[in-house]
Amino acid sequence: MRVMTQLAMVMNLDKCIGCHTCSVTCKQVWTNRAGTEYVWFNNVETRPGQGYPRRYEDQDRWKGGWETDRRGRLRLRAGGRFKKLATIFANPLMPNIRDYYEPWTYDYDTLFTAPEQEHTPVARPRSLISGRPMKVEWSANWDDDLAGDPSPDPVLQSVSEQVKLEFEKTFMFFLPRICEHCLNPSCVASCPSGALYKRSEDGIVLVDQDRCRGWRMCVTGCPYKKVYFNHRTGKAEKCTFCFPRVEVGIPTICAETCVGRLRYIGPVLYDADRVAGAAAVPDERDLVEAQKSVLLDPEDPAVQEAARESGVRDDWLEACRRSPVHKLIFEYGVALPLHPEYRTMPMVWYIPPLSPVVDALGRTGHDGEDAGNLFGAIDALRIPVDYLAGLFTAGDPAPVREVLRKLAAMRSHMREVNLGRVPDPAVSASVGMTPPLIESMYRLLAIAEYGDRYVIPLADPDQGPGSEELNTGCGLDFAGGPGMDGPFGEASGRPRPVAVENFHALRHRQDTDELGEPPGRRPARRVNLLNWDGKGLPEGLFPPRSRSRDDS
Amino acid sequence: MNTLLWVVLPYVVLAIFVFGHLWRYRYDQFGWTTRSSELYERRLLRIGSPLFHVGILFVLLGHVAGLVVPQRWTQWLGVSETGYHWAAIVLGTLAGVCTLGGLALLIYRRRTVGPVFMATTRNDKLMYLLLAVTLLLGLGTTVISNVLGEYDYRRTVSPWFRSIFLLHPEGDLMAGAPPTFHLHVLAAFALFAVWPFTRLVHMLTAPLGYLTRPYIVYRSRAGAPGDPARARPPAADARRGF
Repeated sequence: MRVMTQLAMVMNLDKCIGCHTCSVTCKQVWTNRAGTEYVWFNNVETRPGQGYPRRYEDQDRWKGGWETDRRGRLRLRAGGRFKKLATIFANPLMPNIRDYYEPWTYDYDTLFTAPEQEHTPVARPRSLISGRPMKVEWSANWDDDLAGDPSPDPVLQSVSEQVKLEFEKTFMFFLPRICEHCLNPSCVASCPSGALYKRSEDGIVLVDQDRCRGWRMCVTGCPYKKVYFNHRTGKAEKCTFCFPRVEVGIPTICAETCVGRLRYIGPVLYDADRVAGAAAVPDERDLVEAQKSVLLDPEDPAVQEAARESGVRDDWLEACRRSPVHKLIFEYGVALPLHPEYRTMPMVWYIPPLSPVVDALGRTGHDGEDAGNLFGAIDALRIPVDYLAGLFTAGDPAPVREVLRKLAAMRSHMREVNLGRVPDPAVSASVGMTPPLIESMYRLLAIAEYGDRYVIPLADPDQGPGSEELNTGCGLDFAGGPGMDGPFGEASGRPRPVAVENFHALRHRQDTDELGEPPGRRPARRVNLLNWDGKGLPEGLFPPRSRSRDDS
Repeated sequence: MNTLLWVVLPYVVLAIFVFGHLWRYRYDQFGWTTRSSELYERRLLRIGSPLFHVGILFVLLGHVAGLVVPQRWTQWLGVSETGYHWAAIVLGTLAGVCTLGGLALLIYRRRTVGPVFMATTRNDKLMYLLLAVTLLLGLGTTVISNVLGEYDYRRTVSPWFRSIFLLHPEGDLMAGAPPTFHLHVLAAFALFAVWPFTRLVHMLTAPLGYLTRPYIVYRSRAGAPGDPARARPPAADARRGF
């Protein structure tokens, strides 16, 4: 047994209102740079829907993740080592920029420079890739709130023969996605340079920007399409689980800013020696249980002993015992992994939403909080349950139904408590729980405090509590600052912290004169406030001071 | 003049090539990449890029066979002069045409596809120019020297090439070669001199280690770059393979 620790996340989908705050704060922190305009380390998808990039779940097309061969051994779905090297000159399975979306800005300058005319001037969209005027036809959340036709959704297609949903049977929920920081990461296995790695202390999967040579195989390897290619630097980038933050014990920016407080972060223990075997179980529907079996019980004395032998510190062990993630997966049994059939052992877990069932029930005029009605609806509503099973259990409806029944029982039980009535113990017993267990689950899901939702042990034992977040940037790392211009174009030079790695590339994009500059006009600096990082004063942020004011 | 061109210049270029790479490898790991443009455009790349790269690998093999392997060795192996000659013509021309065709397609793509052209630096343009000129002169040399008038470069150019690496340069051998060879070699000198400072460096980090390493790479936080101060015993057996 080789015990290792992993920081994992659980998201409670019932509480997600699809506000995209997580996406926006993540983008501001990590991908507001040139070359990553189209990149969303965190995105929120409306399901059913095509997702981002479009139809990324269609693994017959993209061939991400792992599969088992005829002899039951695990292999990369896109092909092994020799095939990777043979197709290295042109990766046939890499999504094009149009599969994500072509990022754009607006030609705001025409609003100021247009001559007096009959009609109001219009700021037309311009591509950030080619610089030309473009027609905006798709983006990262184009099918938000069931906009358009969700029928191209690969999960929906696998569930239902009759793909077009009848209006009365529509349902919808939001699915926030970040990198899964898998136990068996296929992106790491796909990297020819060995630049991607999994940190042994906290399981975070990172790209070594110095060793990445831009072969792009990780983009193909990840079935969730959560490794992105920075087209400016020519290197792969991905969600970092905000490692500078979690190392000092504060949650990721997406979790911190979540309006619904639906994210939970905590460490889990796992047996690294058993990962490969569990990922290779023959039947896809056994993968959820196999994945759970790799995780270890931190209360077990034998596990504690083995963990200490493997070098797990006591404060981490203690955090594992208090971990909300471990509780939601095992004690309450309501968290499920996203697409276990990819065999990567994803470590961002989800509590499937009961709301599609409640909504459908409400539309029929029945009481949506009555346990009997809810249990009946969970059994009767085939499409929402099968759809959730297609996302979280490789198509097996039984575990999804069990989780939904637990959530329904909690809902019904807590209504009785709130109305001052005595809850029927038969309701909790019917889902294998006791009233105190249901109430503690309710507390964690509904009203948990910050310290209960985020149990994040410090990376560095010598670091006292209350330490400031590490500053990832140097104060001189602004565009044009010392040492910011390498000799071989904008991407070269000494390594620098990932968050500020190429602001000089950004500067060129931001204040270039190429977009919509009328000929003959004195070149003016353009400042894109959306991309401004708050450091320094970009030229053109304020209009030039007039001479007369300077004199006075 | 001959000494300058065929004795001094080769060593200067060799020094720039070797020390340029060493310096850049130390100084500029972050800039060491293929700078792929596949994200923008794939249809033309899928044909052009493998054509060029496979072609140039065969061109490299051809140069190794022609320049590094002495004539005695092939004779000892029983390869007749005409047999070698024909193999060189057929394979060399084929590889050269593939490479040039691929390069032409890639340059066409680079010029006509808007985003790809926007991502092209001046450095790239110089590199493309030198690469194209060298390849054209090289293919021209193959055709002219082998087909029109037979010239046995394995008695002059090849020994000169080996003499440089044996640190006993014989510039006179090269000076007697036809001017097409001179031009090709001079263009190649220019290409090798700028090589360490262009994106061509990606060739030297061709990921052959992938064939032997375990699939999953674990690294301890202490080993991560940017974290040198965090002293911690590296996790024993931090790699897993299956």
